[in-house]
Amino acid sequence: MEQIYLDYAATTPVVPEVAETVTDCLKKDFGNPSSMHRLGIRAEKRIRKAREQVSRLLQVEPEEIIFTSGGTESNNMAILGTAYDKRRRGKHCITTAIEHPSVLNCFAHLEKMGYEVTYLPVDQKGVISLESLQNALREDTILVSIMHVNNEVGSIEPVQQVASLLDQCKNRPVFHVDGIQSFGKLPLYPKGWGIDLVSLSGHKIHAPKGIGALYRRKGVRIQPILFGGGQQGGIRSGTENITGIVGMGTGADWIAERHAENDRYLYELKEALVSGIRRDFPDVVINGDPENSAPHILNVSFPGAKGEVLLHTLEEEEVYVSTGSACSSREKKISHVLKALGLNDRTADGSIRISLSYLTTPEEIASFLPILSRSVQRVREYTRR
Amino acid sequence: MERVVLIRYGEIYLKGQNRPYFERVLYDNIRKALAEFPGIRVTRAQGRFYAENYKDEAAVLQALQKVFGLVSVSPAYKVGKDFETLFEYSKKIMTDQLSLLQGREILTFKVESRRSDKKYPMNSMEINREMGGRLLEAVPGLKVDVHHPDVVLNIEIRESGYLYHEILPCAGGMPVGTSGKAVLLLSGGIDSPVAGYMIAKRGVALSAVHFHSFPYTSDRSREKVIDLCRILTRYCGAIRLHVVPFTRIQQELYKKCPDSQLTVLMRCYMMKIAEAVARSEEAAALVTGESIGQVASQTMDSLAVTNAAVSMPVFRPLIGFDKVDIVTVSKKIETYETSILPYEDCCTVFTPRHPVTHPRLEKILESEKRINGEELIQEAVANIEVIGIRPGRNRF
Repeated sequence: MEQIYLDYAATTPVVPEVAETVTDCLKKDFGNPSSMHRLGIRAEKRIRKAREQVSRLLQVEPEEIIFTSGGTESNNMAILGTAYDKRRRGKHCITTAIEHPSVLNCFAHLEKMGYEVTYLPVDQKGVISLESLQNALREDTILVSIMHVNNEVGSIEPVQQVASLLDQCKNRPVFHVDGIQSFGKLPLYPKGWGIDLVSLSGHKIHAPKGIGALYRRKGVRIQPILFGGGQQGGIRSGTENITGIVGMGTGADWIAERHAENDRYLYELKEALVSGIRRDFPDVVINGDPENSAPHILNVSFPGAKGEVLLHTLEEEEVYVSTGSACSSREKKISHVLKALGLNDRTADGSIRISLSYLTTPEEIASFLPILSRSVQRVREYTRR
Repeated sequence: MERVVLIRYGEIYLKGQNRPYFERVLYDNIRKALAEFPGIRVTRAQGRFYAENYKDEAAVLQALQKVFGLVSVSPAYKVGKDFETLFEYSKKIMTDQLSLLQGREILTFKVESRRSDKKYPMNSMEINREMGGRLLEAVPGLKVDVHHPDVVLNIEIRESGYLYHEILPCAGGMPVGTSGKAVLLLSGGIDSPVAGYMIAKRGVALSAVHFHSFPYTSDRSREKVIDLCRILTRYCGAIRLHVVPFTRIQQELYKKCPDSQLTVLMRCYMMKIAEAVARSEEAAALVTGESIGQVASQTMDSLAVTNAAVSMPVFRPLIGFDKVDIVTVSKKIETYETSILPYEDCCTVFTPRHPVTHPRLEKILESEKRINGEELIQEAVANIEVIGIRPGRNRF
């Protein structure tokens, strides 16, 4: 049986192009980019190229990219680094109720340190309202952090409009966007839109795990959270993870090419998926915004079928999906995102997340649909009386 | 000079003709518990064992303290027997102990010696006196206290001299394997590993049975049970874990039997399957982690029903334990952290909303007739996956 992987929002496999450049770099360019000799310079050139590749996708300057150890570090650096830098100006921050734990737990930490945080609610589509943001803004608001695409339900937050709204503030807060799920799949142009900081992750775009980046708009100040040898302009000390960086650069190129070829590709797959599921299960609930959501994430509930049981039933047929987000599926509680959307326990309990990538083929979707139908029926047969 | 560990075992159960057998099993168990230390040598002499030729003494001691049947261990210097050599190392031990004192200046001590070498020119009283006096002269800060000393310096004169000041307690109990074999029903919760530990302590070797309800439970819960077995092997030696595919029986029960009886019925079938495994493993009893009244399926009436499902003896070492006491033991034997990982186990699948707490045997037997039990049991047993788990730190 052919394996069907539909959990790309959790992580993606490294594509051959990335593996090749990473291997090449591992074999040839072991130099420390900070070294004075030519081996160091060669390593530095590799990094410069990767920086260009990543920046091109965001349409920003290469110098505005800082490489980190992954999305979690990027979010920590952006949030804690800004809060600390602006501590004398104010101690109020705004974020949303549906952020990733690496954002929410930064703010929980800041609350312990005496900061005040407003968590914007979302509607049942999983989207914040600009009005509630407007109402939450204060003179002492120093930071607004809003994700571009939610990792569990795929809802898209109006970050461009948020940026314009913030532009009207007298003391404009710093605007951070967690772009980890949208990077390479949706247009995201921080410079044009007026976003100050954007978090990115390598392993969501077919690069290895353990590499990420932060876009920091020129002139935006943050304090470092790691201290050491002053690499990357002192903002992120530590010898650069050059193989990871090279992989992330190639991953960015790879995904940019696919997007340029056909930017409707993922949407087409998702539409086929949704209409197939709706045909077999008219009672399916599509969580989040069925009309306007990320092209690669679909969160559905089959009432009466427990998501976790469904996941394992699919696993038996070599089909891999997820319940909620991979980080929360180990904990025995309803995901904070589904709760924020106002789902009742039964619907939330029956939810699975199917996520796609440019590696997904229409044929895979076609073979997945009957397996899904069979599995849902099997699980429902033993639903609680 | 060499570092060695003196290993002592109890004598109460060693009297009589079984002694050589007990000692041989114990020796094998010690060897297996120390298998992860390359080059280590275990020898037997004069009613005790010695471990020699190792690097990580603390790890060796820890491993030995978990072997059932051992009473205590002492890390020691093995040196020449002449008095001057003994004195040199005695001085070293006392100086080391003195340097560990912080803030206090006086260390009280006494010397306790034994000699099995009766040709030694001094008797033990003379050694005590002479060594105590020489140490007082040579090491400032020492004071003799024969009643409540901080340090007891032990000197043993056998084929060599042995010096030590620590006697570390071991797990006690009987050598695993000397009391036959039993099958442990291992759910993955807190109780069952503790029950297994207690029975193994009486010298019983264990096989384990785990019921797996994929897709209602995940492979993570299976991995968790493997991890629990691995921890138990530190005490119990190798365990053969039988992973039983249990989903079909649960589904059949769910479809055909009254909701309120599901848990009791399910447990009856677990017992029956465990008994079948026990017969094939040549084990003589079953072990469960039940304690009276802990949950609906552990009332006296429920226990009576599940007990009637099998003919083999069922040992329930935790029967009179409170949960807090069970937790205390599970922390001590280091299974607790693994037990509380939050993966579903088969017992929580299809839990009735209102389980019967006082089931009547006739009614349960009546319900059992609604499914084709024999055939389902055979099918489950035929598809058991056996995983051999050995002691040792190598986890992958």
